Amino acid sequence: MSGWRHDSLGAEIDRDRPLRFTFDGLSVPGFEGDTLASALMAAGHRILGRSFKYHRPRGLWGLGAEEPNAVFDIRHEGSYLPNARATLSYAQDGMQVASVNAWPSARRDAFGLLDLAQRFLPAGFYYKTFMRLPWRIYEPMIRRMAGLGRVDPDYAPDADGVQISAACDVLVIGAGPAGLAAARAAAEAGKTVWLLEDARHPGGALRWRGGEIDGTPWRDYARDTSQAVEAAGGRVMTDTSLWGAFDHGAFAAWQRGPRPRHWRIRAARCILASGAIERPLWFADNDRPGVQSAEAALHHLALYGSLPGRRILMATDSDHSLPVARALKDAGAEVTVIDRRAEVPEATGLAQITGAGIEAARGRRGVTAALVKGEEIPCDTILCAGGWTPSVHLWCQAGGRLDMDEGRDMLVPRPGTAPMTVIGAATGTLDLAAAVAEGLAAGAGKTPAPKAPKPRARAPLRPDPARPGRQWLDLQNDVTLKDVALAAREGFTSVEHLKRYTTLGMATDQGRLSNFAGLAAMAALTNRSVAETGTTTYRPPFQPVPLSAIAGPARGALYHPLKRLALEEAHRAAGARFRDYGGWLRPSVYGQGDEAALAQSEARTARTTVAIFDASPLGKLEVIGPGAAALLDFTGYVRMSTLRPGRARYGFMLSESGIVYDDGVVLRLGADHFVVSASSSHVEGVRFVLEDARQDRIGRASVFVHDVTQAYVTLTVTGPDARALCRAAGLALPDLPHMGVGEIAYQGARLRVARISFTGDMSYELSVPARHAQTLRARLDAALAAFDGRWIGLEAVMLLRAEKGYVLIGKDTDGSTMPQDLGWDGPRARRDDEYLGKRSLFTPEAASTARRQLVGLRVPEGGQPIRTGAHLIPDTGLRRSLGFVTSSYVSPVLDRPIALALLEGGLQKIGQTVRLFDDGVVREAVVTAPCAYDPEGERLDGRA
Amino acid sequence: MQRFPCPFCGPRDETEFHFAVEAGHARPEPAGAVSDAAWAAYLYEAASPKGTTREVWLHLTCGEYFLLTRDTLTRAVNASEPLPGVAP
Ligand SMILES: [Zn+2]
Repeated sequence: MSGWRHDSLGAEIDRDRPLRFTFDGLSVPGFEGDTLASALMAAGHRILGRSFKYHRPRGLWGLGAEEPNAVFDIRHEGSYLPNARATLSYAQDGMQVASVNAWPSARRDAFGLLDLAQRFLPAGFYYKTFMRLPWRIYEPMIRRMAGLGRVDPDYAPDADGVQISAACDVLVIGAGPAGLAAARAAAEAGKTVWLLEDARHPGGALRWRGGEIDGTPWRDYARDTSQAVEAAGGRVMTDTSLWGAFDHGAFAAWQRGPRPRHWRIRAARCILASGAIERPLWFADNDRPGVQSAEAALHHLALYGSLPGRRILMATDSDHSLPVARALKDAGAEVTVIDRRAEVPEATGLAQITGAGIEAARGRRGVTAALVKGEEIPCDTILCAGGWTPSVHLWCQAGGRLDMDEGRDMLVPRPGTAPMTVIGAATGTLDLAAAVAEGLAAGAGKTPAPKAPKPRARAPLRPDPARPGRQWLDLQNDVTLKDVALAAREGFTSVEHLKRYTTLGMATDQGRLSNFAGLAAMAALTNRSVAETGTTTYRPPFQPVPLSAIAGPARGALYHPLKRLALEEAHRAAGARFRDYGGWLRPSVYGQGDEAALAQSEARTARTTVAIFDASPLGKLEVIGPGAAALLDFTGYVRMSTLRPGRARYGFMLSESGIVYDDGVVLRLGADHFVVSASSSHVEGVRFVLEDARQDRIGRASVFVHDVTQAYVTLTVTGPDARALCRAAGLALPDLPHMGVGEIAYQGARLRVARISFTGDMSYELSVPARHAQTLRARLDAALAAFDGRWIGLEAVMLLRAEKGYVLIGKDTDGSTMPQDLGWDGPRARRDDEYLGKRSLFTPEAASTARRQLVGLRVPEGGQPIRTGAHLIPDTGLRRSLGFVTSSYVSPVLDRPIALALLEGGLQKIGQTVRLFDDGVVREAVVTAPCAYDPEGERLDGRA
Repeated sequence: MQRFPCPFCGPRDETEFHFAVEAGHARPEPAGAVSDAAWAAYLYEAASPKGTTREVWLHLTCGEYFLLTRDTLTRAVNASEPLPGVAP
């Protein structure tokens, strides 16, 4: 217990509004305005987490998104957020906060002994160890010990995350002094400005350091800027993480708060003012709770009145952090400044040790002393001011490159390499006035002048491999300097290899604290410059974002909305059970009970009397114009120009590689008018194939393609009594042959009738505009009873077509099936004009007799059905797949199993017995023609 | 998320588009006069240049194929035009 709360300081807390939350079950007090980090610090909690690999105790380090240790799972009022940063999460009354990667709690962690085994867990441990041992044995164990945060499988957030797409003239990322100045200048120039800030309040470091922007106190400037931005039509959004920069000025942002939103922003111009992050210092055991960022200490004191301890050492090598020490001393702490510089200006009233740095931290569960010049100095807190690392992640995501600025010892954006203007600390400008000037220039549309090179004052701070003890580079992923040295020794000297071998920078903090150190260490170990060593690739997200926020309402039924039948309600009322068939919600069967038994019974009815099914999803692409026949001749395998008006013809559409892409019937209504019945799930694809040929071959003026699928309802009446039922329903159908097409008047509209059979029995496909669907359905329904007929679902239809050997493209065919493999060799042999895929049908591969061809299979008398997917295998020799079963049913009318299969050289094997490997058992079956029922087609004309 | 200009509809998100083919990738015909090698090249060989490329894209929402000139490295879109002989 070393942290405490000052009794008056704290600009952003409201002491009149106390609150309580729990941390690993303990009650913690706080005030409205506290972050979890500031409240825990004030309450004296030091161990806030356990490290990823060794389970070492860890405390608070930073002040924002860079926080590597204080990462929590938060429950509050029914919501659950894993892996939230304590520094960005505001305390609320009743919140339940749990540390991650610790069991049962951060204070008492059962896996802490792993730290003693550290010598057995070097870099690349996983790769080295588990290459040889079965992963399945170790995985559950490792999963339990490793990982950050927990996914709660019982927590399914409401799909109410709001997703908004928006556009602006100027996007300013970061509302520190530079960002505020840029937003102000752009708004005053009349631009629509969006100013986004990760923290809850604008102001950046001025919130805790104070100061003026452009001659105005910063608070007033921030307020006036918000007003100016809003007056010009823009917005200021705080508590908002801009997590990704994408192509063509697209950005993604997550706005936290009671009503979280996810934004997709398209910005004409982007100004990046993302600031810089304080760099740590490297000494032995620099990960102990109580070792913190100096700037963070000032942040917590000024904003929340929280202090990390009472005896504080602050290690620095510049004047920039002296205000930190002074403020802590004024607040009542005992402060000693350890300054690396031999000659330093006298810091009034502060104890100083010059020409020195921290060599090691002492204390296992928290700092108790520091080793300085070989002597132990008792203390409870060590503050590190190791310089600054510009926050360039978003710059690099957008494709930007970096330059090493030796004078400032920073990697800074190389101007012109990404479509962004970078200003302020993000480009290495730490001086307030200079950052504001850059902001004003950028906001006014100017490119800030390049910075004058700064002479290097002294040797840069670097991890020192010669020093004893473990120096931590990456706190979140537990990577030490020794791990980097090991990687260098083993040849993993490229930064991308270093990252993957040691996991440096791969944790949820995205290497904000560690990347520079790891890079600098590798550079030193391999005698290269930092610039030569290079940097790793930066990818979104910049910080963790809940997937539920990105997905928003697009999940479940809304992720891929199903197409619905116009008659869905009526089918439901008739007892239909629904299922997704290729994106359409369609009746599978009608009635209660076992689905397979119902399908059998429905199929039997369709063969004995009459049945009706809803075939509306069948594609209806109208192809109209003098070029229509030529278009269909080119896009189809079967010629359609020879089709007579009033007739229909079955055909295929091939891809250019000769593979069957779709099948279906084409209706010719007139000389220049066709309707293409594409498969329900291929309508869009077929339409674009037709458009391609229309626009790029036949000529767009001579033919039009129009998808009217959803404008019509199609009901198919099938069975021996089909014609009689239509008559009984009062439909005066024309006398049509099989594959004949006609039209009758129907309630002021037209009813198209086509004698096309997908079942093998006499069928009438009746299509009417969707607005007439109810009456047509009612008429047919009323007539059913007299014939002992019924409505049937898709399961029965699938069975009926399989009895006939009619294929479903994509089920009974695969990515190698050509039309001749389905027994359709005619056009290939006879057509001498051009059509899609033609040349591919004449390759050596296409001519092979060993191609997989469609056949039927018949099991021995009394045999069980073969499973779909069972493989056909050779009788002798090495077992390999000769093909597989594509469809399998029990035929009620034949009273035996039927199956379709793709079999190597199958058309030559009809009548032979073949062997199958069916779920572990070898069985036999006889190869037959695909059609198992009524091969002569005598049933197509129905009952006389 | 790139943004492409459809010559008929204006700028739209890339999710509304499908790549069709590299421009000038002519279909060899008639089939009887095309060698196996030439046909295989038509089917499977694309230039896929690093840098400027001219391609045919489909705007799914309006159904129009059009020519897009863009840079595969910088993602810059240089030009967007209807197929030859078509007025935008
Ligand atoms: Zn368009």
